[in-house]
Amino acid sequence: MTDLLIRGADIVGRGRSDLLIRDGRFVDPADAGADGEELDADGLVALPGLVDLHTHLREPGREDAETIESGTLAAARGGFTAVLAMANTTPVTDTAEAAEHVAALGARDGHAQVVPVGAVSKGLHGVELAELGLMARSRARVRVFSDDGHCVSDARLMRRALEYVRAFDGVIAQHAQDQQLAGAAACCHEGEISGKLGLPGWPTAAEASVVARDIQIAELTRSRLHVCHVSCAETVDVIRWAKQRDINVTAEVAPHHLMLTTNEVLNYDPTYKVNPPLRPNEHVDALREALADGTIDAVATDHAPHARHDKEHAFAEAAFGMLGLENALAVVIETMINSGLSWPELAKRMSIMPAHIARLADQGRSLTESQPANVVLVDPAARAVVNRDQSASLSRNNPWHGRELPDPVVATIWAGRVTYQKAR
Amino acid sequence: MRHLLSAADLDRTQITEIFDLAEEMSLVQGRPVKKLPALRGRTVVNLFFEDSTRTRSSFEIAGKWLSADVINISAKGSSVSKGESLRDTVLTVAAMGVDALVIRHHASGAPWQASHWIDAHVLNAGDGTHEHPTQALLDGFTIRRHLRRSAPDLVDFEGKTVAIVGDITHSRVARSNVLLLSTLGAQVTLVAPPTLLPPGVDSWPVLACTDLDEVLPHADIVMMLRVQRERMSGGYFPTPREYTIGYGLTRPRLEAMKSGAAICHPGPMNRGLEISADAADAANSLILDQVAAGVSVRMSVLYELLGGAE
Repeated sequence: MTDLLIRGADIVGRGRSDLLIRDGRFVDPADAGADGEELDADGLVALPGLVDLHTHLREPGREDAETIESGTLAAARGGFTAVLAMANTTPVTDTAEAAEHVAALGARDGHAQVVPVGAVSKGLHGVELAELGLMARSRARVRVFSDDGHCVSDARLMRRALEYVRAFDGVIAQHAQDQQLAGAAACCHEGEISGKLGLPGWPTAAEASVVARDIQIAELTRSRLHVCHVSCAETVDVIRWAKQRDINVTAEVAPHHLMLTTNEVLNYDPTYKVNPPLRPNEHVDALREALADGTIDAVATDHAPHARHDKEHAFAEAAFGMLGLENALAVVIETMINSGLSWPELAKRMSIMPAHIARLADQGRSLTESQPANVVLVDPAARAVVNRDQSASLSRNNPWHGRELPDPVVATIWAGRVTYQKAR
Repeated sequence: MRHLLSAADLDRTQITEIFDLAEEMSLVQGRPVKKLPALRGRTVVNLFFEDSTRTRSSFEIAGKWLSADVINISAKGSSVSKGESLRDTVLTVAAMGVDALVIRHHASGAPWQASHWIDAHVLNAGDGTHEHPTQALLDGFTIRRHLRRSAPDLVDFEGKTVAIVGDITHSRVARSNVLLLSTLGAQVTLVAPPTLLPPGVDSWPVLACTDLDEVLPHADIVMMLRVQRERMSGGYFPTPREYTIGYGLTRPRLEAMKSGAAICHPGPMNRGLEISADAADAANSLILDQVAAGVSVRMSVLYELLGGAE
């Protein structure tokens, strides 16, 4: 592989410097030979490659909606160099073999590192533990376990899972949703709009109460708990309380919950149907504040591609979820950097912490000599109108379609290889 | 008027026009030959994703008396389970050259979504727990007729109080009536146990109350809502008996009503549960008038949508 010299990038907002990449790692820029490639990064910010803790790649099972190839291409376009692939595929990633299959597909087709998430329970049924230890010991080296899409409702199963994964430094990523308070039909934040539209309500208490319970269990078991897609102020309060007590809990927020509100649902457009649902503005504000102060550790996309026909049902019957990979950084720049978050803090929320939570040794590292060359070059000023038809994803359920947002990603480099470069 | 999706689509003038035209249409009902040529050559499809013999036949008769070609399509069952999307079903029907689609759906918002996909007029015949605007129109029409018996020149419902009693949360009839009756100037009071009052009701143009006996003596109209079987086992209230004692229109409550006040019920009734037989059959019950008004009001609405020069 030839050398790649990145000239004059602002390294994580701390000052300009050159970066030289050789054999997938950063080396001393003074060693640059004459025959290498160059990338002019004047005016660009270099960040460690982004890491997404929460991606649905749909392969195996729903290759019409997304494949590992198309999903990781969308990831590369969004500045990501690693994605954690959720377990709710067909078959479910609940065995070592299934996890190795996903990892192998990732190694073959991926435009980013693909790290399988293992199911907590067999078949995501919430009854018996999946083979957590075998997945951890497999070549896929699974460390994050989640029944995402379903809540691990049974407190005893949750306790056993949290205890068990301590043996290999695993983490349980919980989709917090009390099934009695917010059942399968719940599809709209419970409040004024759900009442007006006659849509089954999804109260915030259904999330916060499960998180409160899980925090108690995490304290009891001294294990690592991660809270998926925090959507409301009440959950933020509970997590803040837990962190003050040094309970081992981390949390993520999805880009859509940082910007979009329940108002989007007023015209029954299933593009905006997502689980947990979009919440009113006061929750959006609380989530931004929690992400700024570190109560929420990470941004995770919950990228959820769906075939068009699965979204073209009546609102209550359409599939949950929206795309996220390509526009996540744009949304975080729009909502956070533009109101004062620093670049080092952003790098922490979108790369360093997610890599740390998932225990990914080669991701979320500093952009210094001998480290793996995972880097994204960002133009903070560029803006564009989002066009869902230009997506690398096979699906079109992009909630940002038609909106003007930052268009930050200029180039993404994963292990020294350019996985995306914007046409100039 | 392009579509009728919500009672909120109508202002006071439009509602009055629909009522006045319905009065004329109702004259047809009394004739030996019940046929007007107004919609000859127009095609109306009743696309029903949920069973409803009453509403469907009411729309069917309304269309036929106006000489439209009326076709009934039953698309019962979840389109998700059949593998066809709502959009495909709606586009397929619309592609046959339909002028108006009358849609009944078990999910809220479906007619609203359909109106964005096709050129035909869309008429909401009841969507999930959202709205049922023609039911509200026929209720309003029936109430106006009733009030005009003692005040022939009455044009709106200013100064009148309508109590809507029962499962407000899951009632599309209640939502549409709240919008329509308040547009007409009525003071609407919703009465239900707290478990059956919808979230955000504070922002509705109504009063909400959990005590029927407090409201009853002041109401000019008492509209009782049907209690659905699935709510009884859903834990929204402890027992049917307790519901009847708290919120049923029982014989003693019948006597507590304001003099001249009338009773409505969108049907079908659970006699003995939300309404006693005494109340259902009382002289001041408008329940059969509501049914009779259904056809003329729907004729009027179909004419408003399709009868203009196009």
